[in-house]
Amino acid sequence: MKLFNYGEFQFDVLKEVGNIGAGNATTALSKLISKEIDMKVPLVNIVSFDDIANFVGGDEMVVVSVYLRILGDVPGNMFFIMSVDAAKSLVKELTGIQPSQGDFSDMELSAISEMGNILIGSYLSSLADFTKLNMQPSVPSVAIDMAGAVLSHGLIEASRSGDYALAIDTEFLEGNEQVNGHFFLLPNPNSLEKLFSALGVPVE
Amino acid sequence: MNIVKVGMADLNVASSPDKLRTTGLGSCVGVALYDKTTKIGGLAHVMLPSSTLNKGELNPAKYADTAIPKLVENMERKGANRKRLVAKMAGGSQMFTFSSSSDIMRIGPRNVEACKDALNKVGIRLLVEDTGGNWGRTIEIDCSTGILQVRTVNQGVKDI
Repeated sequence: MKLFNYGEFQFDVLKEVGNIGAGNATTALSKLISKEIDMKVPLVNIVSFDDIANFVGGDEMVVVSVYLRILGDVPGNMFFIMSVDAAKSLVKELTGIQPSQGDFSDMELSAISEMGNILIGSYLSSLADFTKLNMQPSVPSVAIDMAGAVLSHGLIEASRSGDYALAIDTEFLEGNEQVNGHFFLLPNPNSLEKLFSALGVPVE
Repeated sequence: MNIVKVGMADLNVASSPDKLRTTGLGSCVGVALYDKTTKIGGLAHVMLPSSTLNKGELNPAKYADTAIPKLVENMERKGANRKRLVAKMAGGSQMFTFSSSSDIMRIGPRNVEACKDALNKVGIRLLVEDTGGNWGRTIEIDCSTGILQVRTVNQGVKDI
């Protein structure tokens, strides 16, 4: 597998990329809901397509996801993923609206989309500042469905050149309320070299 | 009875009483082929429409135009007869809606079209399909009956 011929150093750099991006995003989230949000150490993994949904509970796990494409110098895909319960309670904390029973209301969906937009926006803008690369988010789109069906959308570009993708996964959680979620960054395979060269990281 | 799992960009063959299952189809298409006489079934989880998109090593199960001939071949090797094969398929949805209708965003409908073309090319009749929409699907073909069960989060379960 020639594509991801990276060593420990390159992985550490990508972890730091996740740290900076998700660090800014969780700070933004914390400000939005005026609560403390913790973040776990990012996981950088080369995952086979079948395993990608395991990070969020398996292929058939129903998740709330906000998806944005990254346009510009380093095209890729970005997901903000939460469980249904976590999304409901985040919306409640953000808007003060009592969560609806069962399906999400249009108001709730709109709040989720905007939240994803703000958080992913701050993730990407901090990366763009740090790397001096042009990274622009597309408009957000929300889907509440099986994790496999949702995440596979981010694999289309990567799937042309292999059965693996490089995923930078950062989990965040809000202490006792058990609100947690994930930021997933899936750079397109040929974006990685641009990212590394912008950061001055040698690639063999 | 065993349930044989078919992963993303993967294909497999089984016979009665076993079932073949693939989970979390979004824009991907699940193509199930069945031979009623030998009760041999095959299932492919297709990700992309055409192998001309491929860069690097080719995984035939990934593309509509290579997965379907490969599946037929594998089923024949197990004793199925190409002339008796019929097809059912599900998936090919658009999980996310964007105003720009770029090719990547339309990958679901393109996958469905490409699977139909590939079935035509090998002369296999498509009996029924449950495609499109904006929801994910998990499908399972029962090799003892040829019934394809389609499960969704909000649209319920149906047998086709």
